[in-house]
Amino acid sequence: MTAPTFSAPSPTGVKAWLLSDVPHTALQARCQRAYLAWCAFRGNPIAMTGLIIIAALVLGAALAPWITSGDGIAQQLSDRLLPPSAEHWLGTDQLGRDIFDRIVWGSRITLYIVGLVGVIVVPVGLIIGIVSGYVGGFVDQALMRFTDIFLAFPRLILALAFVAALGPGIENAVLAIALTTWSPYARIARAEALTIRNSEFILAARTQGASSLRIIFGHVVPLCLSSVIVRLTLDMAGIILTAAGLGFLGLGAQPPSPEWGAMISTGRQFILDQWWVPTMPGLAILTVSLGFNLLGDGLRDVLDPKSGG
Amino acid sequence: MIEIEDLNVVFGRAERGVHAVRDLSLRVEEGESFGLVGESGSGKSTVLRAIAGLITDWNGRISVAGQPQGKRRDRHFRRQVQMVFQDPYGSLHPRHTIDRILKEPLKIHRMEASRERIVQALEEVGLDATFRFRFPHQISGGQRQRIAVARALIMEPSVLFLDEPTSALDVSIQAEILNLLARLRRERGLTYLLVSHDLAVVGHMCERLAVMRQGQVVEVLAVEQLRQSTPDHPYTRRLFQAAHGYDPAFVAQLADEALG
Amino acid sequence: MAEPLLRVEDLHITYHTPKGPVRAVRGVSFDLGREKLGIVGESGSGKSQTGRAILRLTDRRAEVRARMLRFADIDLLSADERTLRQVRGKRISMILQDPKFSLNPVMTVGRQIDEAFLVHETASRADARQRTLEMLRAVRIRDAERVYHAYPHELSGGMGQRVMIAMMMIPKPDIIIADEPTSALDVTISLQVLAILDDMVTRLGMGLIFISHDLSLVASFCDRVLIMYAGRIVETCRASELDKARHPYTQGLLSCLPSLDQKTDRLRTLVRDPSWAEPEGTGP
Repeated sequence: MTAPTFSAPSPTGVKAWLLSDVPHTALQARCQRAYLAWCAFRGNPIAMTGLIIIAALVLGAALAPWITSGDGIAQQLSDRLLPPSAEHWLGTDQLGRDIFDRIVWGSRITLYIVGLVGVIVVPVGLIIGIVSGYVGGFVDQALMRFTDIFLAFPRLILALAFVAALGPGIENAVLAIALTTWSPYARIARAEALTIRNSEFILAARTQGASSLRIIFGHVVPLCLSSVIVRLTLDMAGIILTAAGLGFLGLGAQPPSPEWGAMISTGRQFILDQWWVPTMPGLAILTVSLGFNLLGDGLRDVLDPKSGG
Repeated sequence: MIEIEDLNVVFGRAERGVHAVRDLSLRVEEGESFGLVGESGSGKSTVLRAIAGLITDWNGRISVAGQPQGKRRDRHFRRQVQMVFQDPYGSLHPRHTIDRILKEPLKIHRMEASRERIVQALEEVGLDATFRFRFPHQISGGQRQRIAVARALIMEPSVLFLDEPTSALDVSIQAEILNLLARLRRERGLTYLLVSHDLAVVGHMCERLAVMRQGQVVEVLAVEQLRQSTPDHPYTRRLFQAAHGYDPAFVAQLADEALG
Repeated sequence: MAEPLLRVEDLHITYHTPKGPVRAVRGVSFDLGREKLGIVGESGSGKSQTGRAILRLTDRRAEVRARMLRFADIDLLSADERTLRQVRGKRISMILQDPKFSLNPVMTVGRQIDEAFLVHETASRADARQRTLEMLRAVRIRDAERVYHAYPHELSGGMGQRVMIAMMMIPKPDIIIADEPTSALDVTISLQVLAILDDMVTRLGMGLIFISHDLSLVASFCDRVLIMYAGRIVETCRASELDKARHPYTQGLLSCLPSLDQKTDRLRTLVRDPSWAEPEGTGP
């Protein structure tokens, strides 16, 4: 191809290392790729908005002891149901606890739940899906029927059933959500593996004598990973809402834990006169779900070059 | 070196299946460059893949270097016989660096995967060490095909299967790759089995060729015989003439046959 | 010489990328009469872009400039979308490489060709069907009725391409632009397709622009040939005089082809001279 003619000022230092034409180590090559992906991501304002929201969430959770005035659990009955003010930014709830504090501490719980679910769901879905798609035949049929069983149940109902069987509590809620969430990922991974299986680079690997294991982990997984990650970020909203739903029903984190769903549940009786009590945690859920959705959209544009210009 | 007898490849169920290769028998001598020519649907690529063990729905007898082959291929075979594919982008993993792509066969066969070995492999195909950590999408089609050749030869095989190695490349790049392949064959005494729809490429690279049509071998002849335009079979003659460009008289002749 | 059908003067196509402008086509000029004109080049030469620019079908991100881009009495450069739509398909048609990508997979072939006819002419459906069947027979499809009711995926490559030709010819255009029309076909089939194209072009007195990377095919099929390199035309000559080509790139392209008739040990390779990418006589 003819080389394009362009001129740009030559950068120095780290940027030069990141933009240089000839990478000298595998690490440099990978960093360059990540940097280019970051530049593409940065150019998308919607994606950046999502990233900022999630970054704020993570930062808030990390810095909780320093940005809150208390632990959100100690009661202060003299201060019940105060509206938002300079002293209590989001008001206080029926037990006099600062709502802002509770939301910030509650974000740790939210992150814990989504993080744990993600860590369980992604590997399980990937492995089952890829093995199913790559190996094919009876293994494919068996694994997919197994997946179908989980796919057939409505998420919240199955979660309820699990929690009812295992007892309420945050870990059981996480397990229940994970069990109901992993099946679509297996389907996605399987669909990708089916396409990739016939690619020439897989054929090339087979002619070199690569074992199926090496092909699956070295060749197929890296390509399926991006669509699964994108799906996870887009699913986050659903996971958060399911967790909130369980919390609302009293089956997730138990009081006095500042879990956002539970906060809405206990606060809903005040919705008419002291609207801030259930509304603030509701807005928190909305914002974080939106943040994950926007982030997921942005990631998809960057990681899946087929969709979009 | 390669002996095939009564090879039959059927995809799908026997009755309604596609009989891609019928009763094919071939011999390729050691050190020879043998071409398989045919139009699309002739089964030429299928033959290659059956010998390479990439497809298993075949029956007949396949023997490579005196060893009869079954459905699977062992490690020894994989070191001896390597393949270069048609699509230069498709045959390299998009997320692997060139270094990793070249190291993989060495790692699979537990051979030493040193920096020197990789750089030497790159230099053999006319590239240099700066390519080591690039990704496939950062290099041109011709360069990618050179990497594919380097990868195939890094284990020092004795037989190379070439499945339309230059069909996706520009004509000027094709010339470079064909020269490279010819030089490597001379230097290493390799046996080539080249599949192509382009008669001129096969005529240039090979000593003998087999013409295939709809899964069967129509004729096996020496390139010299083709050149003096004395092939026996009318189909071969037709392919030969078609390769010379547009000729209204010749095409009028073709048109009389079933167009469908 | 008769008034040319198409006049292109100093065509430039530039893509503005984050890394800077990419000049895909740089100052291309040519005329097209009622003849078969071949545009030959390797990938990146700008030949496909040139073809699309004539129909103003280049990518939205590309900037198209020219001193003149005139078809008959219409100035294509300044024409509005409405005029262009009347030109496209009806007076200038385009045939692309792979019929599988150009034909609608969920519509029968007959219906698609009917539509191509009805877009440009008011007629009844029955008339359109008649015309379509005639056209299918004209491209030597024997079982026109069966093909009329078939779907694109049921056709072979050669048949699909003939259907494309039928579809593009039905409004009787003045110019056909064929962008690698036979690259995806077997050689014997592609020669037959070319014969059909040749026949129609000659009979109807059309102009044909044949864009391809295959120099020998273009040389044997077309009347005149333009060779493009790096967005410029480096050589123009009659197809029969190609062996007397003067530009080193053309000579290089011709000599690096493997020959069926002569044995060579080593193919001549092209050594690209950077001056080929420069205009004759420097200047901005």
